[in-house]
Amino acid sequence: MSDLAWINAALTAARPQAVGALLRYFRDLDTAEEAFQEACLRALKAWPQNGAPRDPAAWLIMVGRNAALDGVRRRARLTALPPEDRLSDLDDAEALAAERADQADYRDDILRLMFICCHPDLPAPQQIALALRIVCGLTVPQIARAFLVSEAALEQRITRAKAKVAAGAASFETPGPAERSERLAAVMAMVYLVFNEGYSAAGAPERAQLCDEAIRLGRLLLRMFQTEPEVMGLLALMLLQHARRAARFAADGSAILLEDQDRRLWDRERIAEGLALIDKAMRHRWPGPYQVQAAIAALHARADRAEATDWAQIDRLYATLERLQPSPVVTLNRAVAVGKTAGPQAALAMIAPLAERLGGYFYFHGLKGALHLELGETAAAREAFGRAIALAGTPAEAAHIRQHLDRLAADHAPAADLSPPPMSARP
Amino acid sequence: MLYALLCYNAEDVVFSWSQAEDDAVMARLAVVQDRLTKAGKLGPALRLLPTTAATTLRKSDPPLVIDGPFAETKEQLLGFYVVDCENLDEALEIARDLGKANPGGAYEIRPIRLFLPGGPVGAATAAAEPQGT
Repeated sequence: MSDLAWINAALTAARPQAVGALLRYFRDLDTAEEAFQEACLRALKAWPQNGAPRDPAAWLIMVGRNAALDGVRRRARLTALPPEDRLSDLDDAEALAAERADQADYRDDILRLMFICCHPDLPAPQQIALALRIVCGLTVPQIARAFLVSEAALEQRITRAKAKVAAGAASFETPGPAERSERLAAVMAMVYLVFNEGYSAAGAPERAQLCDEAIRLGRLLLRMFQTEPEVMGLLALMLLQHARRAARFAADGSAILLEDQDRRLWDRERIAEGLALIDKAMRHRWPGPYQVQAAIAALHARADRAEATDWAQIDRLYATLERLQPSPVVTLNRAVAVGKTAGPQAALAMIAPLAERLGGYFYFHGLKGALHLELGETAAAREAFGRAIALAGTPAEAAHIRQHLDRLAADHAPAADLSPPPMSARP
Repeated sequence: MLYALLCYNAEDVVFSWSQAEDDAVMARLAVVQDRLTKAGKLGPALRLLPTTAATTLRKSDPPLVIDGPFAETKEQLLGFYVVDCENLDEALEIARDLGKANPGGAYEIRPIRLFLPGGPVGAATAAAEPQGT
């Protein structure tokens, strides 16, 4: 790795902290971002000559702040002076030392920066785009490629999102414990949205990058909230799911079910980290939805063969999740486990009441078809798969169902199963 | 004399490397490691998972289990090597070579007082296996 690559990694790592602090000073996202950009340009000039500073984030905050102030002063000659309060306590000479001392402030800065992206008026795609741009520092072309939209469209999406955010900016006061915990919950949901955006179509490498960014944000959150079991659960969940990436799609792009995946392709390093985190989280005896989902993913990860999966324990965990977070999708997932432990008939009975609410859901019909197939009820299976294929959201999903239908057409009925994806932002 | 070369680096920076950058660093380190292995100087070498996966046992009474690393510092212990060297100069030389392959951070060179090579644990630990492709 060249010096330049190392500096780029250092700038990326320092970004949430630096932009977060600059946002606290200037109380304006665009000014904070411009100040950070300017500081990065100066770092690229200064660091190769002088070496990287001991605390890159503090350096960037100081330099970015001064650069932005110079800009403000220059413009001030042409326009009226800005109100004093807008500049807050900027001429504090000991700022650098103070910055270094106050890690707690940093934590609230980063949390605020991430929280801004979770504005309730922002639809999920805008939240994700904003977080990737502002917190992760991905460029507009990078994000546009991940979303498969034009750069112009993406630019517009971000501009609109920023306008909404500016109108209802998060409070700049130091949050109290209750507010901090609310912010953390919203930010965790946003990070998981970013992850799911990448996970749902992880066949494309541009998409998979979103999973890596979400995991990076998860590690950042956990460094700030080291004792929060749900943050451990969220990070564990993302790592365990992303570990299966190389095994999830066939060469032709069709989805490969968990049961049929080549487990040797699973990323052992991510699994080890995920398992360590869920073990840590469960010691706290304070269960939450992310921990329970991570615990389920951990049981899959611990099984070296599909047949070794502890379905009874998975069933119990889904029952816990139904209590914590009641949803027909959770029940649908639980039915997969019930199908393994009590048989397909019991699973069909469990999902029957969901027909009304999940009638438009691909995985409902996919699972139903697979259960009928297992019972040898080919006509019912064909009908369910027919509905599923009409509701498929991605070519990979459609290709998978197509294989079932083709086999049925060939009048050959292997054991089959179609598990819903891990709980996501889907209906 | 056995020395431990303790690898410290800013974890948030190292975990911001792209996969390609990470692979490049590991490939360059492998060159140095191969040379040391051939010279019979390299003992166990390992890379640690991030501190967020760590747990600390504080030896209070009763012992207290806490989350995260022991101390809050800018740079974290991310891995270490055990090398067999004539003297400090040689250990420093090896650390310099490793340092050229691995940007940023620092190596703490500590003479080893007691070394127990242990049994074949590497075969049983999943994370230590080479990555599948």
